[in-house]
Amino acid sequence: MADVDRGNRPLSPHLQVYKWPLNMAMSILHRMTGVALGVVTALIAIWFFALAWSPSAFETVNGLMTSWLGWLVLLGGVVSAWFHFVNGIRHLVWDTGSHFGQKRVNRTAVVGLVATALLTIATIWVALAV
Amino acid sequence: MRYMTDRKRATGLGSARSGTGHFWEQRVSSIALLILTPLFLFPLAYNMGDGYESVRAAYGHPINATVAVAFMLTAFLHFFQGIQVVIEDYIHGRLELVLIITMRLMSASFALIGTIAILKIFFGA
Repeated sequence: MADVDRGNRPLSPHLQVYKWPLNMAMSILHRMTGVALGVVTALIAIWFFALAWSPSAFETVNGLMTSWLGWLVLLGGVVSAWFHFVNGIRHLVWDTGSHFGQKRVNRTAVVGLVATALLTIATIWVALAV
Repeated sequence: MRYMTDRKRATGLGSARSGTGHFWEQRVSSIALLILTPLFLFPLAYNMGDGYESVRAAYGHPINATVAVAFMLTAFLHFFQGIQVVIEDYIHGRLELVLIITMRLMSASFALIGTIAILKIFFGA
């Protein structure tokens, strides 16, 4: 079927003409946060490497990490981590064949976003207040 | 235009090499990260912003060091498993192979960078 030449025919309405369902955004965000987490975790590995290397190396890397831009990147990493964590649980549940109904998918998406926000706030609280 | 069906073209070529193995391994690493992520992230957030001596002491502790090494190894394994699927979905041909191999080497490198560093801190503490 894939080989059949269909000619220069009009295409049926595709992804871009529809309003984004919430779950579609969740799916795309799962991939984007996954890629972002690879980058941020690599930065954390470099931070550990500097800590192992010398006090002055740590001062340099830690200074970058705790600059306002560094904190912003780390905050993005924390949000990404918890989003990917929570949405990953949804995926693991789906892998068992459960919770596929449209209402359930929408409900777990909202619950997931709330959980992401709460876990992010908890992490910021640990970072700042404790 | 080819006259063979997809089925006919696939017959006799053997399996797709790994079957469900990749899918399964990715689920296992994700379950491991459900445990490791909170154990790693909260102490990291707690220590982020502290000075050299304080952070050295924190990761000189056996629990923090064990969790951090386990997280580094598992996270970069899971990252490679995920990024491989993303690359396979969007990119095809030679670039696909180059990117998959590059990401595999980079994932292994950063897993080692993190692990070696934490072990040095732990044994030096």
